[in-house]
Amino acid sequence: MTSERYDIVVVGAGPAGLGAVSVALEEGARVALIDDNPRPGGQIWRQGPAFSAATPLQAWLDFYERHAGLTLFSSTRVIAATTDRRLLVESGHASAWHLGYGSLILATGARELLLPFDGWTLPGVTGAGGLQALIKGGLDVEGERIVVAGSGPLLLASAATAMRRGARVVAVIEQAPRARVLRFGAGLIATPSKLVQAATLMRSLTGQRYRTDSVVTAAHGATQVESVTVRSHGFDETIACDRLATGYGLVPNVALGEALGCAAEPQRGVLVDADQRTSVERIFAAGECTGVGGMELSRAEGALAAYAALGVNNARAAEQRRARARWRKFAARLTRAFEPGDAALAWPSADTIFCRCEDVTFADVSVHANWRDAKLQTRCGMGACQGRICGAAAQSLFGWNVPPARTPFSPARIETLMTASLDSPL
Amino acid sequence: MVEKSLSITIDNIQFSVVPFTTVAAAVALHGSGGTRRSVKGHRRTALCGMGVCHECRVTIDGRPHGVGCQTLCRDGMSIHTAQ
Repeated sequence: MTSERYDIVVVGAGPAGLGAVSVALEEGARVALIDDNPRPGGQIWRQGPAFSAATPLQAWLDFYERHAGLTLFSSTRVIAATTDRRLLVESGHASAWHLGYGSLILATGARELLLPFDGWTLPGVTGAGGLQALIKGGLDVEGERIVVAGSGPLLLASAATAMRRGARVVAVIEQAPRARVLRFGAGLIATPSKLVQAATLMRSLTGQRYRTDSVVTAAHGATQVESVTVRSHGFDETIACDRLATGYGLVPNVALGEALGCAAEPQRGVLVDADQRTSVERIFAAGECTGVGGMELSRAEGALAAYAALGVNNARAAEQRRARARWRKFAARLTRAFEPGDAALAWPSADTIFCRCEDVTFADVSVHANWRDAKLQTRCGMGACQGRICGAAAQSLFGWNVPPARTPFSPARIETLMTASLDSPL
Repeated sequence: MVEKSLSITIDNIQFSVVPFTTVAAAVALHGSGGTRRSVKGHRRTALCGMGVCHECRVTIDGRPHGVGCQTLCRDGMSIHTAQ
């Protein structure tokens, strides 16, 4: 088995990871970038058949993708970590090997908070960001009637992408109260670029219905979504649609950080100091795995993690620190405005599937006192996603503490695990 | 913009997609309707779109449990769903 060593290994090729790589290469480091997607860009800069690279991503690709100091491992997942600063990784093309690092920068991003509701396993129901990702990947939504629901600015971005590809967005359902959304909108004056972005998105929704104080409580259909029930102020209304995209904001991906021993909290993410250092020596974290805050904040944090990892403190680092401070204020306003309220966190019906991997119902899970008991008694959270979907839901709905993931961090081939054990025990 | 199309098979039926289409999108475009069957036999399709939920897993070139949303179609690829 091959084993390679790099000055810096970055996990995640979104804005934070790419920001870290740019700085590290400029400072002359030998860098490896690992990403589980086939192409760099993360979620926000996802490319696809009808979606060319966004300007900042294109700039990165032009300057750095073929840089001599960079080795890019796409379609590659981290499976395990060893104590001697090495990661066991597996690529989509059947091979596994170890990557050694001087410093490790985690930029594993965030995922959507998907809360279970009646009918959410019907084909045609996706995440809100999930729909956007699938459309960018080539999903055809032309002529479809789509309801976008949940919370946060991502709903508008997802609706805009669907409309650009010819869908009819019949309603955008936002759980946050109107007053909070308006206050958030007014606060955007502090970040003019976001104000322009929000205004553009809202304008594109003209004629559609943007409804606050509302949640989707059920999706209906025989083999596919045909309609959804929307609850506003205690009243239910049925809206016909071909597709429902719903997500209640984002949760930091802390699994890899926690598994490496880094201190983390569910909402705050991997905990870092002013230099983006985690609680573990030589491991840094940046971007939304350290708290959700958007692309600009992530880029600044990624750059700062690389500066700190390389011991560089110059005028450019100072500039990134100022950017980080500014965007952290925006992140705080965002979190306050779109925090899920009681209606969003209301329990679904007893028969609702809670764990989609193992088909465990809400009734079967909710009788247990904690996550561990629920897992042991029902297999909830023990399927292919390893509780990444229902674990976050359990945290939100029951306040359960979901312990760190154990090796292997992702479903892995048996050959990969055998390779690992031949080299050194996990 | 004229793009070369890729020839793939989904459940043994010939199908064409444009380059950079994901396997998850190809399965949806093909209209076979689903990716996997759940433990209790229900039809499922892609949910998260970003490699987290694993609902879109299919057999790709004979290898089971391929995550469709994180795999790009390649010319000659064979995809099998659990429909």
